[in-house]
Amino acid sequence: MSKDDQILEEFTSKEYEHGWSVDFEADEAPLGINEDIIRFISAKKEEPEWLLEWRLKAFKKWTEMEEPRWPNVKYPEIDYQGVKYYSAPKQDKKPKSLDEVDPELLKTFERLGISLTEQKRLTGIAVDAVIDSVSVATTFKETLSELGIIFCSFSEAVQEHPELIKKYLGSVVPATDNYFAALNSAVFSDGSFCYIPTGVRCPMELSTYFRINAANTGQFERTLIVAEEGSYVSYLEGCTAPMRDENQLHAAVVEIYAAKDAEVKYSTVQNWYPGDKEGKGGIYNFVTKRGICAGDNSKISWTQVETGSAVTWKYPSCILKGDNSQGEFYSVAVTNNYQQADTGTKMIHIGKNTKSRIVSKGISAGKSQNSYRGQVQIMKRAENARNFSQCDSLLMGDKCGAHTFPYIDVENNSAQVEHEATTSKIGEDQIFYCQQRGIDEESAVALIVNGFAKEVMSKLPMEFAVEAQKLLALTLEGSVG
Amino acid sequence: MLKIENLHASVEGKQILKGINLEVKAGEVHAIMGPNGSGKSTLASVLAGREEYEVTEGSVTFLNDDLLELAPEERAHAGIFLAFQYPIEIPGVSTTNFLKTAVNQTREARGLKAFDAVSFLKEMKEKMKLVDIDQALLSRALNEGFSGGEKKRNEIFQMAMLEPKLSILDETDSGLDIDALKIVADGVNKLKGPDNASIVVTHYQRLLDYIVPDFVHVLYKGRIVKSGDKTLALELEEKGYDWIKEEVAAL
Ligand SMILES: Nc1ncnc2c1ncn2[C@@H]1O[C@H](COP(=O)(O)OP(=O)(O)O)[C@@H](O)[C@H]1O
Ligand SMILES: [Mg+2]
Repeated sequence: MSKDDQILEEFTSKEYEHGWSVDFEADEAPLGINEDIIRFISAKKEEPEWLLEWRLKAFKKWTEMEEPRWPNVKYPEIDYQGVKYYSAPKQDKKPKSLDEVDPELLKTFERLGISLTEQKRLTGIAVDAVIDSVSVATTFKETLSELGIIFCSFSEAVQEHPELIKKYLGSVVPATDNYFAALNSAVFSDGSFCYIPTGVRCPMELSTYFRINAANTGQFERTLIVAEEGSYVSYLEGCTAPMRDENQLHAAVVEIYAAKDAEVKYSTVQNWYPGDKEGKGGIYNFVTKRGICAGDNSKISWTQVETGSAVTWKYPSCILKGDNSQGEFYSVAVTNNYQQADTGTKMIHIGKNTKSRIVSKGISAGKSQNSYRGQVQIMKRAENARNFSQCDSLLMGDKCGAHTFPYIDVENNSAQVEHEATTSKIGEDQIFYCQQRGIDEESAVALIVNGFAKEVMSKLPMEFAVEAQKLLALTLEGSVG
Repeated sequence: MLKIENLHASVEGKQILKGINLEVKAGEVHAIMGPNGSGKSTLASVLAGREEYEVTEGSVTFLNDDLLELAPEERAHAGIFLAFQYPIEIPGVSTTNFLKTAVNQTREARGLKAFDAVSFLKEMKEKMKLVDIDQALLSRALNEGFSGGEKKRNEIFQMAMLEPKLSILDETDSGLDIDALKIVADGVNKLKGPDNASIVVTHYQRLLDYIVPDFVHVLYKGRIVKSGDKTLALELEEKGYDWIKEEVAAL
């Protein structure tokens, strides 16, 4: 089969659209994790001593920690010594501009529908592309730097802006926050860094695309976003991985810092390989995402569309420290076949008049399990805090499960906390109605599901919304009848 | 156009249709009347292809095709339209968006080019005038929170957009005041042509003042027990269904 035919076939088989891998030479660490591996990674990245120390401390702590067992997911024991912790696509030298990037790499992203070269001219999105563990290209850098905005790979930031990294790294998610965050802190290889200076509204969407390519490789990327006083940024994150029989580990950390009057919107469309119809393969996605509204009147908004991964463990959270600060969490999580998702959010109200809003839409099909886990905590000092939570579940068929675990903890009597939850089944009469109008069954399901998720989808930036809608439909393909 | 022969159908093991025979030719309007629970909606559902209804005997041909072999959406593409007695709500999906999907899939199945956004809007504008429906209603989630009248008008609007060959209107008149009824009937009449036909299921003669039928059939206990012209509807209006029930009992 020619390469073109192969691409075509994979595109039309429609099972998992992004399931190809590319053979480029990779620069890899041997299997397993120990201090030497961490030194290897740190040396590869020419890191300063303090960062190596930071990693080693995290590693030591990690070896003393236990993998969490409380999520409502089941998976076989992970062999942490059977994972490769570093794999970089080999480039002859570090590219200085996009023109120097390996064309094979650029092609990889083009197949994902992300053209890094065209990107420059056609759309208003700046992209940082990360393959396996390494950032391969960042677009629009010059335009942004004129405004004082820093948007680059994490490794580059370590070299170019060590003072910022030193100040903010681990300030929202400490190195030893939890098992997977500690692992990430020890071995993280790259990711994106984004800094918006005081008073600047970032004029375009900033976006990072992650892709796991090499086999047996874990991806451990770190994203750090700092929004200084009165600034604004909208950030997008997309992910895909090739189809593989074995499970692959992904443990990322995202930290957001919002100063006074700053606003950060973080949107994710997660489409890691979910495994096949029998539940073989797929990504284990154990991610820690947290933002702090450090200053008064600041706002952090998480929007996520979770369609991929075999197992998802993820709770993008907000610490509402500043008075009048606001946190939002909008989530659509779709599971099909044997996928398992345990996802939700934490809203920690510390400041006065803090507000949070949670809208979670879970869609379960096949034999999948979909859990919402949310915590709303109103601390003593949080006078007049408000929370509204809405958790809706949609079931397709009777072999899947939807679960809701809301935890509410109120220490201040002036708080108002509202929680609403519904569970419904996709109606045969709805599908029949669509069919009677000439819409085939698959499209009918896509239409109904997108309608169900609309409140969340409408929060996504336009460019992402279309892709996300298609993904929902693809994920659920073959789940009726 | 449509030929139903000895059609038997059951739901949940219960026999509802017990030998329906009916032929509808292009250009004709057939009214089906009958007491509640006779099987009128069941007949409509069977023709539209609802899965729960099992055809146990008989045949249906539509434009020379075996209708019963086709999936519901294929029947729609072939030209069958059912205006539901109880239109279904689809939260979060606007009527416009819903119809765009429906119309374009139907067009493609009929070998026509799908509408782009501009030509679709133009088409909508034209058909909106026909049934006097408000733009605001079409931007709202499909049938969600619509009044009874709005739902029925929306059904007729969808019918106008989909340009069916055979329209089956299941009690489209119920719940409508006289003005709404006139508008709906007016819409149906405007869409009438020599190449299409309708089956109008109704309880009341009232609608038939506006949509004049060529034939009137009485469906009772799963059979067509009497057929006639429009005067039969008037007779039913005057005398009720008891005399028919007696006639059937006497057989
Ligand atoms: N889905 C169903 N399940 C069980 N019984 C049904 C169903 N649909 C219709 N029936 C029964 O079939 C009979 C005919 O119903 P229907 O076709 O709705 O009558 P009509 O429209 O003439 O009032 C009634 O006795 C009704 O209860
Ligand atoms: Mg009825």
